[in-house]
Amino acid sequence: MHEVDMTKCLLLSMNQWRQQHSPAVPVVERVHLQVGDFTCVEPDQLLFTWRVAVENSWLDGAELAVEAVPLVGRCVRCQQTYSPAPDTAYRSPCCDHPMEEIVTGRELRIRSVDYTLES
Amino acid sequence: MHMPLEDTLGLNLLAANHHQAEHNREHFDAWQVLCLNVMSSPGAGKTSLLEQTLTALSADLAMAVLEGDMTTQLDADRLEAVGVPVVPITTGRACHLDASMVSGGLKLLQQRLDPASLDLLWVENVGNLVCPAEFEVGEHLKVALLSVTEGDDKPLKYPVMFREADCVLITKTDLLPYLPVDIARIEAHIRQVNPHCTVLRVSATNGEGLAAWHSWIRQQVSSQLASLRNPHGHNVVPQLVNA
Repeated sequence: MHEVDMTKCLLLSMNQWRQQHSPAVPVVERVHLQVGDFTCVEPDQLLFTWRVAVENSWLDGAELAVEAVPLVGRCVRCQQTYSPAPDTAYRSPCCDHPMEEIVTGRELRIRSVDYTLES
Repeated sequence: MHMPLEDTLGLNLLAANHHQAEHNREHFDAWQVLCLNVMSSPGAGKTSLLEQTLTALSADLAMAVLEGDMTTQLDADRLEAVGVPVVPITTGRACHLDASMVSGGLKLLQQRLDPASLDLLWVENVGNLVCPAEFEVGEHLKVALLSVTEGDDKPLKYPVMFREADCVLITKTDLLPYLPVDIARIEAHIRQVNPHCTVLRVSATNGEGLAAWHSWIRQQVSSQLASLRNPHGHNVVPQLVNA
């Protein structure tokens, strides 16, 4: 359940973001996350820990929107992009080359925050 | 009326951990100490390999260990017996070390010795092939162990760990005659997810491959020292993922 620790990191970042708006108080409607398929994060567990963590905090009611980012590799021989998969040992379908370059799929990113400001 | 607003952050989810890890690394660099983060599943042989390695290298390298363990000090006691300073970090229920736990361990270490007198600091992570792969602790390099008894599919099942590793050690090779396992397949699967890492076959029991492992360590200690003296060649500062 390292998603608990990931949620703690996320809350630290959100607290810092809140301070940037001080003295106004942002009311957060939604936090947009991008989570790559080639990470050790299970989005459902993240959503669960988020709901528990924000209860009775300034983020109570804020939704976490997780956008899954597919794993895309690029074959370094022929430059074609492809979807590496465990059952093909992540090799490129064009040249059977190992997964050398990852284009997307390693994202663990707080993309943006939707909010309103209370003065 | 409140206008709906949107802020674009483009900040890594683990930014708080990354900042602390970067802070730890700044300390290591100031002390001119190489930090290696050793990771594997439970029972792959991290502690046995470290016992052997500390014994073999302590004559010419000054070393210390931050020993991560969920609840016990058993591993720390084993390594302390070798005569190298060990700081145990019990993580409680957490299945990995994070940068702030290592920072706490460093403060305890500083009560015992001057870290600038060290050449090499080992971080033995909690046995787990999943979580430690995502939590940097400030290490310069990651070492992953995979024992031959775990099967050749593990690099494909836990690809992030093996992708992130700078060096992968295939351990317990002394057991190969008794197992229906093809070590070439293990190596091939590691190469599939990480074509450029160093892969070594080792046995802490019969000594196979340990000379190559020790020479890899010595090489990393000297290149770390060289890169600190030539900051332009220094490429180990962590990169945050930005939008």
